Amino acid sequence: MIEVLNLTKKFNGFVAVDKISFDVKKGEIFAFLGPNGAGKTTTVKILTTLLHPTDGKITINGHDVAENPYEVRCSFGIVFQDPSLDDELTAYENMEFHGILYKVPKKIRRERIEQLLRFVDLWDRKDDLVKKFSGGMKRRLEVARGLIHHPKILFLDEPTLGLDPQTRNHIWNYIKELSRQEGMTIFFTTHYMEEAERIAQKIAIIDHGKIVARGTPMELKRQTNTASLEEAFLAITGSTIRKEEASQLDRMRMHRRFRR
Amino acid sequence: MQTIYILWLRQLKRYFRSKARIVGSLGQPILFLVALGFGLNPIYQKAGGGSYIQFLTPGIIAMGIIFTALFSGIEIIWDRQFGFLKETLVAPTSRLKIMTGRTLGGATVAAFQGILVLLLSFLLGFRPESLLLSPLSFIFIFLIALLFTGIGTAIGSVLKDMQGFQLIMNFLVMPLFFLSGALFPLQNLPKGLAVAVRINPLSYGVDGLRGSLTGINSAQFGLSTDIIVLTVLTGTVLVIGAYFFSKIEI
Repeated sequence: MIEVLNLTKKFNGFVAVDKISFDVKKGEIFAFLGPNGAGKTTTVKILTTLLHPTDGKITINGHDVAENPYEVRCSFGIVFQDPSLDDELTAYENMEFHGILYKVPKKIRRERIEQLLRFVDLWDRKDDLVKKFSGGMKRRLEVARGLIHHPKILFLDEPTLGLDPQTRNHIWNYIKELSRQEGMTIFFTTHYMEEAERIAQKIAIIDHGKIVARGTPMELKRQTNTASLEEAFLAITGSTIRKEEASQLDRMRMHRRFRR
Repeated sequence: MQTIYILWLRQLKRYFRSKARIVGSLGQPILFLVALGFGLNPIYQKAGGGSYIQFLTPGIIAMGIIFTALFSGIEIIWDRQFGFLKETLVAPTSRLKIMTGRTLGGATVAAFQGILVLLLSFLLGFRPESLLLSPLSFIFIFLIALLFTGIGTAIGSVLKDMQGFQLIMNFLVMPLFFLSGALFPLQNLPKGLAVAVRINPLSYGVDGLRGSLTGINSAQFGLSTDIIVLTVLTGTVLVIGAYFFSKIEI
């Protein structure tokens, strides 16, 4: 379903992603892990047609990402790390807009919106403005929204960041159930290692722009002779804290917290 | 086509859902109209200019439009990281359609704001000169709204965070407003000011508003010049805005 071959991305000479290759099979639940600054977000952006690769070939659902971005976009849904809902519209309106953007015909659209909102337990709040929703509710809404056009793949970038255990549990249950029912491929990134260990069937770890480990959680633990995925991760990527600089996005996030 | 419609509709829903914001953004234009209009009227009348409220209203209508229009474009900076815009950039829709819907929506809202100012000015004694020409003012209102939404879109697509906003307000928008003849007549201006007014696109909008609302002779540049210049400049700005919008990267 996702085939990445020798993907490279350079920003003004800095190599963010260095000739990485991996693939994800249909229906698989795949976790893409790595320390901050490893090239994770850049890779996800390239897979979701937000950035152009410098070199390499990526195929999603049989379509080349660089040549047929339109077909690729029809094939996936995405839940971003920062909410991309419209706060001043209702939950129902947010869903409807997405459906129209993805050209889902009206009747099917209306049916799916109801079905999905009920699935994530938000149907009774459908006419409430999103700005009144908690973080967990917004995330559930985004998951529901990403599925309206029945994508083959769902990308999730740190989907449970900042959520309480109940909500986290709920969200993963929805996602796993959908994956099972629809044969949907799931590609997610997270820093919560126990989650990745519990949920992912296959994992790839990226560091300094290169894939440094690949396999099932069990294989990675065996490779590094550790008892948990977290320990395996630290063994593979080292325990030094990475040098980071706050990007514009980080600054905006801080502003956002003060505003809200 | 439906994409353009829903993006247009979204801008409208967002505007009309916040009554407080509508009332708040009318505050400044009304304040100007009342304070300057009634305050400067005696002197203006004495200098032979007639009623200053009559003169001022078209300029203040423009004021009511430009800030709202600009802001809906600047919102892009925020929207593209934390809002609906990010959703649309990943969807299988052309950016041009998204930008068109958004710009039309923003311009509609700003135009509505301008019309509200016009209606409120009636309460303060403003009376349109010619009922025949008055509908023309709606065209000018909409063109001004489009112009500034386009400017806002171009700026919002290029700027990376809100820090540059103050600069834009003080060194672009305020000069455009104050040097447009909104507040003072264009006859016998000192050379420098006259040039500044001539090259300011908003001047033609204000002039056109004046011509359609307070009598055709009050339009310094002539209504046809106003429409042509304004349309050409607005079209250019929109093309530039569309270009920058297409280059947005998250």
